[in-house]
Amino acid sequence: MDDSTLSAGRRNVLRVLGAGAAWQVLPFGIGRAGAAEKLVVGVIYVGPRDDFGYNQAQAQAVAVLKKMPGVKVIEEEKVPETVAVQKTMEAMINQDKATLIFATSFGYFDPHVLKMAEKYPNVRFAHCGGLWTAGKHPKNVGSFFGYIDECQYLDGIAAASTSKTRKLGFIAAKPIPQVLRNINAFLLGARSVDPKATVKVIFTGDWSLPVKEAEAANSLIDQGVDVLTCHVDSPKVIVETAERRGVYSCGYHASQAKLAPRGYLTGAEWDWQTPYMLIVKAAMEGKPMINFLRGGLKEGFVKPSPFGPAVSVEARKKSDTVKAAMLKGDFLIFKGPLVDNTGKTVIAAGKAEGQQDPQLESMNYLVDGVIGQI
Amino acid sequence: MNPVWTLFAPLAPFTAAAGAAALLFALFLAAQGFPAVEALGLVVEGAYGSSFAWQNTLSRAAPLMLTALCVALPARAGLVIIGGEGALAVGALAAAMVPSACAGWSGLPVQVLMALAGFVVGGAWVSLSAWLRHARGVNETISSLLLAYIGIAVFNFLVEGVLRDPASLNKPSTPPLADAYLIGSMPGLDVHWGLVWGVVFCIAAWFLVRQTVFGFAVGVVGGNPRAALMAGLPVGSLILASCFLGGGAAGVAGMLEVAAVHGSANAALLAGYGYAGILVSFAARHNPLGIIACAILVGGIGASGSLLQRRLDLPDAATLVLQGALFVALLAFETLNRKGARRV
Repeated sequence: MDDSTLSAGRRNVLRVLGAGAAWQVLPFGIGRAGAAEKLVVGVIYVGPRDDFGYNQAQAQAVAVLKKMPGVKVIEEEKVPETVAVQKTMEAMINQDKATLIFATSFGYFDPHVLKMAEKYPNVRFAHCGGLWTAGKHPKNVGSFFGYIDECQYLDGIAAASTSKTRKLGFIAAKPIPQVLRNINAFLLGARSVDPKATVKVIFTGDWSLPVKEAEAANSLIDQGVDVLTCHVDSPKVIVETAERRGVYSCGYHASQAKLAPRGYLTGAEWDWQTPYMLIVKAAMEGKPMINFLRGGLKEGFVKPSPFGPAVSVEARKKSDTVKAAMLKGDFLIFKGPLVDNTGKTVIAAGKAEGQQDPQLESMNYLVDGVIGQI
Repeated sequence: MNPVWTLFAPLAPFTAAAGAAALLFALFLAAQGFPAVEALGLVVEGAYGSSFAWQNTLSRAAPLMLTALCVALPARAGLVIIGGEGALAVGALAAAMVPSACAGWSGLPVQVLMALAGFVVGGAWVSLSAWLRHARGVNETISSLLLAYIGIAVFNFLVEGVLRDPASLNKPSTPPLADAYLIGSMPGLDVHWGLVWGVVFCIAAWFLVRQTVFGFAVGVVGGNPRAALMAGLPVGSLILASCFLGGGAAGVAGMLEVAAVHGSANAALLAGYGYAGILVSFAARHNPLGIIACAILVGGIGASGSLLQRRLDLPDAATLVLQGALFVALLAFETLNRKGARRV
């Protein structure tokens, strides 16, 4: 009797103690596990986060990531495409325990991201703009990008509908495929409403040369151009110059509407939230890295800026019709017969190159109607 | 004087300057509402707080040692050369061209040839400024800066034009180097061999400047070119030679960027090392051994700026404030020190 009471008592004591211990341990355990499992995401920008352009577009998506539960974001801006970015990635991994890194500048990919991805196979590297190739690149690397030429086409419609001189201007950094594709889409959009419209292009030579960009803007306006757009890292100077000179502008990367309340027509903006969310969710759920991610208007990777006051109702209607077709996924921008501005046929009659056609990723021509050479 | 004091006296201005800069930076941060003490801790931790931090710092410092020599060696001859970036660009381009000319060779000879090509072309580029100065009386500071723009333009023109690898679509580059020609990391470290090249070049430059007749002659030219002429020194050749050696160092920096970092010549390697070298050289008072220390300091600021951004959400510009405070303090305390020395 005594024994059983004692043993029962001991058992009870143990049970109580155990329960107490469990109570104490449980929330603590969950809390610890939560902290340990919080996904640390490192984001690296090549320029300032508030550049009204390329980097701001990325930072806007990152701002949404920061609000996600279970995600901790660390950021670093103005990181050059040198050994510095390799060291920044390593520092994020070693010092901050990051397990997912967004390297947002094109030049980070080869060799920097590839090198780090081989060294840290358990860390995921998401790169913006690169062309991940199966068998050639590591599995823990992914590249995402958007078909922003769709928005450039819509820009072209608004620009040619608003222009009085029928001369449009395009200020571009370098004659590389991504840039040429935007210029050509802009021209094709413009020609879809005005077959006489031309696009005069100036290449500045680098991604961020504000003084040259302002000079190019002024020079184009002096030549009679009355709508300007661009493909440089920050369109700020160009949009501001256009507004000051009393001509119209279409934005790029992010919205520059605030800089030109009167003359801003519309713009081609990134909507990086979509790919960022997909990649982060895959990491949190332990699914494999998404190695190749592309999308356009339909997939929510890009979006046009809201129309400015100078865009007529008629132009809005035309643009919205095309946009609806793009959202359905049955609109082709690059279709034959397409002739470049040296007279060479680049897409034969009856043929077309859809958005995902790899041929478009190596574009090396300016279509007829673009004034300029590469 | 106390012998211990004599030993440590040269370090006193540096220590005082570092303290003053830390105070300035802390005040600046506190005024902006950032945790100043934590920030200073992070500066030290990020730059020198762990073996990873040291490797981070040294990787950033390596190219600066070489580009700083492009300022320091001409400065010895009395020339202010600020166009090291141009020498780096053309040196990198020349080095990147070597492998295509010696297909099938083994690694080391090609690497040596690449370094030689970078050295000669970079040296010749800066010698142009020296020649313009000596033969035509053109200010070398202006001409070297303008030549840097030309060098960069030539670099971009060729990399995006005839020398472009057709496979490099959105990042125009020269054809990638074969793996055998790449320069790797030092054993056990994650710092490439360029660091050793930088240190060796600095020590060699110090020896040349301080221990040889050539170095002495160049110093005389720098002190007073007319007196040097009167003494029968070949002033023109000495100016040309010092600029050639300096430009050569910057050209080798370009070669190392190609062979140790990027694997090809492309616009990403023009990241401003040539310009940062000006700061390093002036802060080191153009002393080649001081350059090693100053380059490590600047590399450390870069590494800790990176940590400051990530931990405290400070903007990148904060790093520039720290760097500015540090160098102004360094120069100010250096002049104080000199005044004191003269008084004694």
